[in-house]
Amino acid sequence: MIASLTKPEPPTDDKRWKVVDTTMRRNGYADHALIEALHSVQEWFGYIDEPAMRYVARSLNVPLSKVYGVATFYHYFTMRPPGKHACVVCLGTACYIKGAQQLVDQVSERFHVAPGRTSDDGELSLLTARCLGSCGLAPAVVFDGQVEGNLTPEALNQRLDEMVKS
Amino acid sequence: MNSETLQELVDKERQAEQPAHIIRVCNAAGCRSAGGEALLKGLGETVKQRGLDKTCGVKGVGCMGLCAAGPLVRIDEDRMYQHVTDKDADALVDAVDGAAPESVQRLPADLPFFTKQKKVVLENCGEIDPERIEDYVAAGGYGALVKALTEMAPEQVIAEVTKSGLRGRGGAGFPTGLKWSTVAKAESSEGRKFVICNADEGDPGAFMDRCVLESDPHRVLEGMALAAYAVGAQHGYVYVRAEYPLAIERLKLAIRQARKLGFLGPEICDTPFTFNVELRLGAGAFVCGEETALIASIEGKRGQPRPRPPYPASSGLWGQPTLINNVETLANIAPIVRHGGDWLAQVGTEKSKGTKVFALAGRINNTGLIEVPMGIKLREIIEDMAGGIPEGKAFKAVQTGGPSGGCIPADHLDMAVDYESLAAAGSIMGSGGMIVMDETSNMVDVARYFMDFCMSESCGKCVPCRVGTWQMHELLKRILAGDASRADLDQLVELCEMVRATSLCGLGQTAPNPVLSTLRFFPEEYDNLLVDVAGATSAIKEVSS
Repeated sequence: MIASLTKPEPPTDDKRWKVVDTTMRRNGYADHALIEALHSVQEWFGYIDEPAMRYVARSLNVPLSKVYGVATFYHYFTMRPPGKHACVVCLGTACYIKGAQQLVDQVSERFHVAPGRTSDDGELSLLTARCLGSCGLAPAVVFDGQVEGNLTPEALNQRLDEMVKS
Repeated sequence: MNSETLQELVDKERQAEQPAHIIRVCNAAGCRSAGGEALLKGLGETVKQRGLDKTCGVKGVGCMGLCAAGPLVRIDEDRMYQHVTDKDADALVDAVDGAAPESVQRLPADLPFFTKQKKVVLENCGEIDPERIEDYVAAGGYGALVKALTEMAPEQVIAEVTKSGLRGRGGAGFPTGLKWSTVAKAESSEGRKFVICNADEGDPGAFMDRCVLESDPHRVLEGMALAAYAVGAQHGYVYVRAEYPLAIERLKLAIRQARKLGFLGPEICDTPFTFNVELRLGAGAFVCGEETALIASIEGKRGQPRPRPPYPASSGLWGQPTLINNVETLANIAPIVRHGGDWLAQVGTEKSKGTKVFALAGRINNTGLIEVPMGIKLREIIEDMAGGIPEGKAFKAVQTGGPSGGCIPADHLDMAVDYESLAAAGSIMGSGGMIVMDETSNMVDVARYFMDFCMSESCGKCVPCRVGTWQMHELLKRILAGDASRADLDQLVELCEMVRATSLCGLGQTAPNPVLSTLRFFPEEYDNLLVDVAGATSAIKEVSS
C-alpha cells in the first residue's frame, strides 16, 4: 500500500482533533490503531460522524469502507449525537430477571423514545447495556455516568425528574 | 529489580509505621455505585479531624464479595459492617476502639457466605489497596516472578502449571499447562510471540474478571509476565471491555507502576527477559471473547472469528504464536509458582483442580462474588452461601455459563460443581456467572432472552449462526405469544441441532444450549404454550432422554 504523503486536515479546527491525532500518532498511524482512534473520537465528540470516519480513514491510510465496517460492527460505537442526558438501562441476565425490561418500556413511553435513540427534543438518550457487571445491584441504570441500583419504577421516575430538571 | 531489592521493598513497606487499627472500605465498582467513594473520603476526613490519623488508617480496598450488603467496611481483621453511608463515618470511627455503634449494622463473621470460601485468586481482594503496588509487594506480590526469573527455567514454570492441573477459567476448560507448552514449542517466523489476557468478560450476569482487575490488577500482570517468560513472549496485550472504566483506570496505573519498579519493561530482574504490556479496549462485541475474533479486534479489524486450525498457539496475533488466557486463569499463576503446582492440585476434584470464582446474582439474598473449591455441592452455594431466595419464594433453576450454558433445576442441586458434572447436566462451567431464578421466572422467556442475545451478537460471518439464531428467536417469540404448534417446536429442536453442528465458532455452536436445557428440564412450560397441546410428538421426549 502506498502511504499518503500529506497529512490530512482535520474536519474542523476543533482542538479535540489534536487529541484524536495524538492517539493515532502514538500508534504510529498503523492500520491496527483504527479501533483506538474511533474510541478516541467517541470519547471526545460523543459520537462518530462521517467527516470523522473520513479523517481517520485518511490518517491511517485505510479504506473508508473498512472504517465504516468497524465502526458499525461494534455496539459501543454510535453514529448519532447523544442527547443532553443519557439513561442506560442494564439488560444483563440478573437485571432482566429482576424486571429491567419494564424499566426500559417505562422510559421509552415517558419520553417517546425507542431504545438506542434520542428523544425529539434532544433531552434524553435511552440506551441499553448488555451487562454492566453490577449484577449485585440489579436492576441497575446509569444516569449520566452515575450507576444506581435496585431501582423500582417509582425510583426511576423520580430520578428521571431530577435529571431532566438539571 | 532483583530478589534483594524486592526484599528491601517488602521490608520497607512492612516496617513503615503501621497504625494500630485499619479501616478498610470496599471501593470496587459495586460498592462505589452504592456510595463507597464518598464514604472512603468521609472516613478519611473524620479520622483526620479527630486527630486519630496516627492510630487509625483508612484504606480503599478491592471487592469484599458481598455486593448485596454494600458499601462494606471492615475494621481490623474481623469486624465487618454493611450498608454503611458517609453519614456513619463518626459512628464507625467510634467503633474502632471496640464500641458497638448503633447506627451501623454489623455483619456476623460466621456467615457461610464467607466461611465456605477458599481464596486463591481473590486472596488479596478486600485486603490490599489496588492502587498501590507497594501494598501488593508487601503481600508477597511479584515474588513468584522474581523466583521464576532467578531460580527456574521456562520449562520448569510450565511443568509447575501442568502439575497444578489448572484448566482455562474462561469457560472451555482447556488444560493450561498443555496450552503453554504448545506455544513454547511453536516456532515464530519473525522471532516474536505474544501473550494476551482475555478480559472481554461478555457473559451477561458475570463480573468475576472485573472484580479481579479492579481489586488486584498486579496479580494479572504478574501472571502475564510469568506466562511470557514460560512461552518466550516479549509483548503482551490486555483486551478489556470498554464498559469497565474503573478496571481500565486501575490497570493503566498498575502497568505504569510495574514499569517504574522494573517488573515490566527491559531486562527484568537483571536477566535478558523483556516484557511489555499494552491495553486494548473492546468495543462491545460479545463475539470478541472468542480467541480468533479477539485477535482480529486487536489487529484493528471487525471482531469476526476464523476457522481453526491453525490455532493461535501456532498462528495468532499478526500470524505469530500467541498465548491467550482468561483473567482468572492468569490470576492463578503467581500462587502456583510461589507454592508449587502440587499445592493447587490438592484442592478440587480429580479432573477439576483448584478453585473457581462465581458471580452470584438474580433472585437470591446474597448477591456477590465467591471463590469456592471445585467439587463443592451446588446446594451449598445456593442454599447456604447465597442465603436462599428472597420473599419466601421457591428455587426454580440456576443458570450457569451465560448464553452458552444452561439452566439446572432443583432436583440437580446435589451435583458437584466441576467441568464434567456441569456438562453432564447440559450446561457448562462457563466463565462463572450463576443466575438464580425463582418460581416466578418464565423459562421459555429466559431461553428467548438468551437467543435474542446470541442473535444480536452473532457477527454475521457464517450462515447457520446468523440466520439460525434469528429463526430460533422468531420461533421462541411465537411460542411465547401462544401462536405456535407442535410442528413449530419440532422445527425449533431441529434448528438447534443444525446450528450447533454447523456454526463456525463457539458462539453459534453453543447458542442452542439455553433452549435445549430448558426443554430438557421444563418441557411442560413449552407444552402449555402450544396451540395443539393434545397432540403428543417426539421432540420433547428426544431431548429429555
